[in-house]
Amino acid sequence: MDSRLRDTTAIVGMGQTEFSKAAGRSETQLAAEAIVAALADAGLTTSNVDGLVSYTIDPVEETELVRTLGIPEIGFSSRVPYGGGGSQGVLLHAAAAVAAGVADVVVVYRAIKARSGERFGRAAVGGKGGSSHSGSTAMQWCTPYGVLTPASWMSLNSVRYMHAYGVSSEDFGRAVVQFRDYAANNPNAHFYKKPITLDDHQGSRWIAEPAIRLFDCCQETDGSVALVITSAERALGSDRPVLIGAVANAALFEEEIASNHYTKDIAVMEGCAAMAKKLFEGYGFKRSDIDVAMIYDAFTPMFLMQLEGLGFCGPGEAKDFIADGNLGPQGSLPCNTNGGLIGEGYIHGLNLTAEAVRQLRGTSPNQLADPEVALVCASRTGLILRRP
Amino acid sequence: MSETGEVARPAPLLNDDNHFYWDAARERRLVAQRCQKCGRLRHPPRPMCPVCHSLEFEIIDLAGDGVVYSYAILHHPQNTAFDYPVLAALIDLDEGVRVLSNLVEVDPSDITVGMPVTVDFRPTRHDGAVPVFKPKAKADG
Repeated sequence: MDSRLRDTTAIVGMGQTEFSKAAGRSETQLAAEAIVAALADAGLTTSNVDGLVSYTIDPVEETELVRTLGIPEIGFSSRVPYGGGGSQGVLLHAAAAVAAGVADVVVVYRAIKARSGERFGRAAVGGKGGSSHSGSTAMQWCTPYGVLTPASWMSLNSVRYMHAYGVSSEDFGRAVVQFRDYAANNPNAHFYKKPITLDDHQGSRWIAEPAIRLFDCCQETDGSVALVITSAERALGSDRPVLIGAVANAALFEEEIASNHYTKDIAVMEGCAAMAKKLFEGYGFKRSDIDVAMIYDAFTPMFLMQLEGLGFCGPGEAKDFIADGNLGPQGSLPCNTNGGLIGEGYIHGLNLTAEAVRQLRGTSPNQLADPEVALVCASRTGLILRRP
Repeated sequence: MSETGEVARPAPLLNDDNHFYWDAARERRLVAQRCQKCGRLRHPPRPMCPVCHSLEFEIIDLAGDGVVYSYAILHHPQNTAFDYPVLAALIDLDEGVRVLSNLVEVDPSDITVGMPVTVDFRPTRHDGAVPVFKPKAKADG
């Protein structure tokens, strides 16, 4: 397998806005604020930037962003499909562009008003027969049936998963309790100082029974995150660089994002497993190398399915892995130490990447003891970061 | 039905590749694409056979029998076009294709994975119709 990108590029800057329920300004402004902060963190300016990468559903027009930031010239730009499932794919595009020499400094970003703007979970009827490049063709098949939200689409996978492996809502709840514990200690988190018990989780109302309760849902959030990527050679002269050790995408035949209903066995995330095979076997990492992981927890069941897809436990074993305390600070795989998308907020996944960088820099609100290698996974796109 | 007696369920979203499915549903028929070259059934619809790349396909009528592959009882958020809870389901049809639909004429607490179901139809706005599924009646005697 190809591991050409191993350690060839690095994240040298990170910036974000505040996370809130009502940003009160445009996504373009949010993106620009996060990017300026990320460049300052990297010791660079907009005149150094020659690449821009985001992913689908981000409403910011690239031309408007360049005009706002005053970037003199862009030589490379792209958008990863699959919505939030593409949130880690931006690092693959950035790393590949830098490694190929078509860009020197690439900014990856996501700006979103997921709460005050167009809410994903709003149960609207409308749209067109096409996909609007959301990575999903769900609308045309789901709208006339009242299956209108990401939670409803993914609940069908979740119930099949529960049926296949004997998983319960309480099993999901144990992961949420851990995420909320981390969030309770993160001043940037929506649920700062608001931990919950398993009883609280079990008492939260059904969204999609018997799989998804209110407390299993990520927090629709306004905000922006940006990261700056350049070559490892250039990065090693900078302050606190984080190397991109491995980065991969795997989108398989017949798979969709969110409305992934047509593969043979929807209780298994085959794309995630294929992506993980590239990250680990392809790049020569072992599961035991991973000191901390950030895994896309849009809804709790998807988190468990990714733990299994990534190979940290076998099919159906995620519930036991969680019950054994492995996600906690003393566990074998501390996960989502910012509180995750469920506890911190939903910046469409890129805030998970930011938390991985913080852990490796030693600046997380829930800082682990000297982690060296971090994994970030958004189902079918993912990466492994490490300290130089 | 809405309180005024009008059909509230939204009409399907049509495009060049899917309209035959909904055109058939309007006639109370459940159908699927079959490749005319290699004979494979496919759903959701697409313009080319992903195996042999033939563009020629026929639309065949399905018997309408299958089992619940997965389901979910949807409570929130709510849209005024639907009665809640919405009973969402994936149905594995006997012919080998899977469709997303609603379950009808069933108590939510009676729904199980593997439950045998058979097709029915419900009207939509703009004089359309969609296939839905109800529990298969047990054989008499």
